[in-house]
Amino acid sequence: MSGLREWIVNRATDLADGGSVCLNGHEYSDIVGMSPYDVYNLPYDIGVKVWESLGGLIAWLINLFVPNNAVSFALISDTATNAMAIVLMVVVIFAIGFVTNLTMIWQERKFLGRQMDRRGTMIGPLGYLQCLGDGLKTFMKENVAPRAIDKKIYWWGVVLVIGTSVLLACMIPLSPRWFIVDYNTGLLLIFAFFALAPFLIMCAGWAQNNKYSLIGGLRAAELMISYEVPMLILFAGTVYMTGSFNIGDIITWQEEHIWLIVPQIVGFFVCLVCAIAESERVPFDLSEAEAELVEGWQTEYAGMKWGLIMLGDYFRGFVACALVNIMFLGGWSMPIINEFDWYYQYFPELFFVLKTCFVFIFFITARGALPRVRTDQIVNVGWKVLMPLAVINLVITILIKWIWDYGGVF
Amino acid sequence: MAQEKMNADKMWLTMGPQHPFSHGLWTLRAQVDGEIVTDAEPEVGYLHRGWEKECEQRDYQKIIPMADRLCYSASMTWSHLFCKVAEEALDIEVPERAQYLRVVADEICRIQSHLMWLAAVGTDAGNLTIFLWALREREFMLDLNVRLCGQRLTTNYPRIGGVRNDMPYYFERDCLRGIERFEKALWDIVNLTDDSSIFVGRVKGIGYISREECANLGITGPAMRGCGVDYDVRRDDPYDAYGDMDFYVPVYKDGDAYARFRVRIEEMFQSCSIIKQAMKKLESIPKTAPYRLKVPKAIPEGTHMARIEDPRGESVMYLISDGTDRPYRLKVRSPVFVNVSASKRMVQGVRLADIPTVMAMIDMCLGETDR
Repeated sequence: MSGLREWIVNRATDLADGGSVCLNGHEYSDIVGMSPYDVYNLPYDIGVKVWESLGGLIAWLINLFVPNNAVSFALISDTATNAMAIVLMVVVIFAIGFVTNLTMIWQERKFLGRQMDRRGTMIGPLGYLQCLGDGLKTFMKENVAPRAIDKKIYWWGVVLVIGTSVLLACMIPLSPRWFIVDYNTGLLLIFAFFALAPFLIMCAGWAQNNKYSLIGGLRAAELMISYEVPMLILFAGTVYMTGSFNIGDIITWQEEHIWLIVPQIVGFFVCLVCAIAESERVPFDLSEAEAELVEGWQTEYAGMKWGLIMLGDYFRGFVACALVNIMFLGGWSMPIINEFDWYYQYFPELFFVLKTCFVFIFFITARGALPRVRTDQIVNVGWKVLMPLAVINLVITILIKWIWDYGGVF
Repeated sequence: MAQEKMNADKMWLTMGPQHPFSHGLWTLRAQVDGEIVTDAEPEVGYLHRGWEKECEQRDYQKIIPMADRLCYSASMTWSHLFCKVAEEALDIEVPERAQYLRVVADEICRIQSHLMWLAAVGTDAGNLTIFLWALREREFMLDLNVRLCGQRLTTNYPRIGGVRNDMPYYFERDCLRGIERFEKALWDIVNLTDDSSIFVGRVKGIGYISREECANLGITGPAMRGCGVDYDVRRDDPYDAYGDMDFYVPVYKDGDAYARFRVRIEEMFQSCSIIKQAMKKLESIPKTAPYRLKVPKAIPEGTHMARIEDPRGESVMYLISDGTDRPYRLKVRSPVFVNVSASKRMVQGVRLADIPTVMAMIDMCLGETDR
């Protein structure tokens, strides 16, 4: 009994000494001496603290009945705390991504409602709870799957489409202290996973044994060849300018120099168009064009499968907005207020999400104002407009970078 | 079809009867080669309810509300047409006040029908804003219908020998206000569609029909005027008070979906101008003037035909009466039934994504097609 109490007191002292330090990202604060991270990681810290309360409570309760037992000590050991903290960290990161996602759905419905001269959703405070109601309703639906399908690909296709979308949303770092893994190739990885979906959509469309979904799936592939190339050229511009694939470094560079939207204003607008296409939203939602293809590649996915696909779509929308934010709008950095200590202590995640939602307004406006483009038109636009603009953007970037490095202008 | 050897390159896509693009119950079987439509075949008749046969069991007066049900968004013109064929059979001239009221009611009907079409074009092109804005404006037109006839859709307003009731109080004021508001609001929708290069790119150059094909297929209405045929029953064979109205008939020579779109948009502006003129004329007619004649129940023996410019084209009713108070035969020529036969020609060569936009320009209404 005394050993446990001593341990808890020591832990509290540790936390009071070192746990509260969370500054500009690169100051290492050793929470309990077992963190897998080189820098302070907020979700992990939350995980540790939650497990200290939760695991400590359980251990204390067991200890009440069986004093000094092994299970209690195992529950509060460093190994268990670390393991559970990582699990809880993932939950926290997903939960924040999920809430952001619901907020974006709500934002879209409200904004779109105003654009269309109606109110948008009205359930709950400001209509925020409508998505929960929709989720519940979709969940209650019967889970129907047609008989003549390619079962394996039908199920794996939808699982992987949703899975990659959620994975991508979790891979986006919200601040220097909010990430899962600090990849040196973060942006590259995100792009790679992003480009995976059209292939999965094509397979899923084919597996459904439905002509509409087959056409929808093939359209996804057709769409992909038109926007992916300009997107990657823009990406090259960003990486060339900042000299890193690491998202943290890209944003730190923008914080120290200038947001990339200023030198790459052309690229910003091209990127917006490509990002809308990448997340397959109106006006580029050719693969689920509901006017002619019923529901496109999702036609035979009934009930909650469809609900999750829609949720995954919004996750992709979030990722696309976050990419625009990271590449052009400086991610979590803010112009003046980031000089203050309290900014990086409390707000970087919030401002990242707010800026992402700001980018999403462009998406919503495009959806409200434009009709869906045709397949040949998107390929035309992709190769004849977006591609040259992206190349021009790259050339401008190279020139600016050259002047920057050798001209001594800045 | 069953005997045909399977063609692996091309597949038949059955779009309908429950499909987002088919506004109503009909099927378009489209043969596609990848995205390109190579052949198509419209199938109608799902909504057949024996309208013509049913009319043979009813008094002439009782057919008027049934004529409303021929098309939900063009109810006024259809009941008007029936009254017109009965009047022609009775050889009577309706009072002047009723003539102008009918013109006003017809043009309100035309505007709301075209707005319904515009809304459908919005969803077919994939933009819900067009849909909602058009339907918002349509509500004002339906409100005018309510003021005039007490009903939103199935108005039951014209009568053989006149109209059911005179204008209610302040209808003139409401109508002119509504029309003036609408003219401004329509420009908003035009800016959303006609000024959008994506929208114009979607409809331009697709669904082409030549002038000759148009004549051979018997296409009428805005679809015909989009092909360069300068013909409008309201102007070329004026009925009621249309002869006094000063309006022009929009004609485009391109023959594509965009031309048909422009014709309909301009028709709405022309309808506004016609309503204003008719309202002005109604001011000069004393309020005590008759708006309805008393007519006999039975119609003398003979065959009679009347035609009218429906929002969708030229609608014709052919009446054979045997001297009783019921028609011996009442044949309806629905403009959509004829126009939809052109879908085979129109969608050949376009992309699959164009089928909704091309077909939207026909403005399907299945109630009158299948009767």
